[in-house]
Amino acid sequence: MLATAIIVFREVLEAALIIGIVLAATQGLARRVSWVSMGIMAGVAGAGLVAWFADAISSALAGVGQEVFNAGIMLFAVLMLGWHNVWMKRHGREMAQQMCDMGQAVKLGNRSMYMLAVVIGLAVLREGSEVVLFLYGIAVAQQDSPGLMLSGGVLGLLSGAMMGLLMYRGLVRISSRYLFTVTTWMITLLAAGMAAQAAGFLTQADLLPPLVQSMWDTSGIVAQNSVFGRVLQTLIGYADHPSGMQVLFYVATLAGIAVLMRLYGSAPSSKVQPVNAIET
Amino acid sequence: MIVKYWVLVPALSLGIALPLHAENLPAFNLTIKDGRYSPEQVEIPAGQKIKLVIKNDGPGPEEFESSDLNREKLIKAGKTAEVTIGPLNPGIYKFIGEFHPKTAQGRIVAK
Repeated sequence: MLATAIIVFREVLEAALIIGIVLAATQGLARRVSWVSMGIMAGVAGAGLVAWFADAISSALAGVGQEVFNAGIMLFAVLMLGWHNVWMKRHGREMAQQMCDMGQAVKLGNRSMYMLAVVIGLAVLREGSEVVLFLYGIAVAQQDSPGLMLSGGVLGLLSGAMMGLLMYRGLVRISSRYLFTVTTWMITLLAAGMAAQAAGFLTQADLLPPLVQSMWDTSGIVAQNSVFGRVLQTLIGYADHPSGMQVLFYVATLAGIAVLMRLYGSAPSSKVQPVNAIET
Repeated sequence: MIVKYWVLVPALSLGIALPLHAENLPAFNLTIKDGRYSPEQVEIPAGQKIKLVIKNDGPGPEEFESSDLNREKLIKAGKTAEVTIGPLNPGIYKFIGEFHPKTAQGRIVAK
């Protein structure tokens, strides 16, 4: 049962951390919990589908369907996360100062929440499909009794969810002046890490060259498969043996999001000249 | 949204390019059964791209995973999957089966 719990925990962990970060980053946006919940539920439903069709996906596209699917999901999430950052930079200040009317603020908030709900749904889908298949495998092999297996799974799920909650709690302690900057950075790093993972899948499918086999080997310091390693992998995209292509994707995503935020991130109303000398 | 549409372009070109993707890589076989790999050591030539052909004899699905090699592939029972590896520097690279981590362990030796 413990083995089941550990494996389920590790899969749930990634999705839970992302959910915690998104909830902290969207404090103040209307009905964000409903959006996040919808994302989770859609992800769970999708996970079941993906698990069901896993071999059809795998043998698609000359046998590299699974890699392309995973890479595609990750890259799409990268786009959503980057877009969110740019839009929040552009309109976040406006919404906070209520410079737009309420309808506009709600509309902008909804768009952003939609993007993030998709990211959450995709994360839950990816990790969830592995959990579903893993639990199915145990049921088939009859290694554990159904009761033990279920409790192991629930234990893993709750522990993983707890980590997400801790992440959220830890983040919202940060004073609101800095919270925006911190969560923006966390979302950028999240995106860079996902881009690096996508690169890994595309290299595995022989669609991209690795460039350099291993840029470094830090598995002696922090093993990627340890719990701490997995947390770092999700939060900052840590890998103990990244290929050159993975590092390239990582840096390109960091740079790309930073540049886009610079170019498009200034609120349109910043062009307004101060009219009165008298401050209210 | 415009973003969604131009993402389709590289995706479609990938779909067209893939069937042209060369299948000429030397193949090395690996089998998973009852939570164990066989053989547990696979020797491959260093400095060359190869493909690992992994067959899952069950029961249940398995996930071939190696952080040394940066590879991760889910294989359902009764199915076979391919994973491209290399070119590798000479050395030993460990892999596991994530769903049976204690018993499904092996290594690739590149010479």
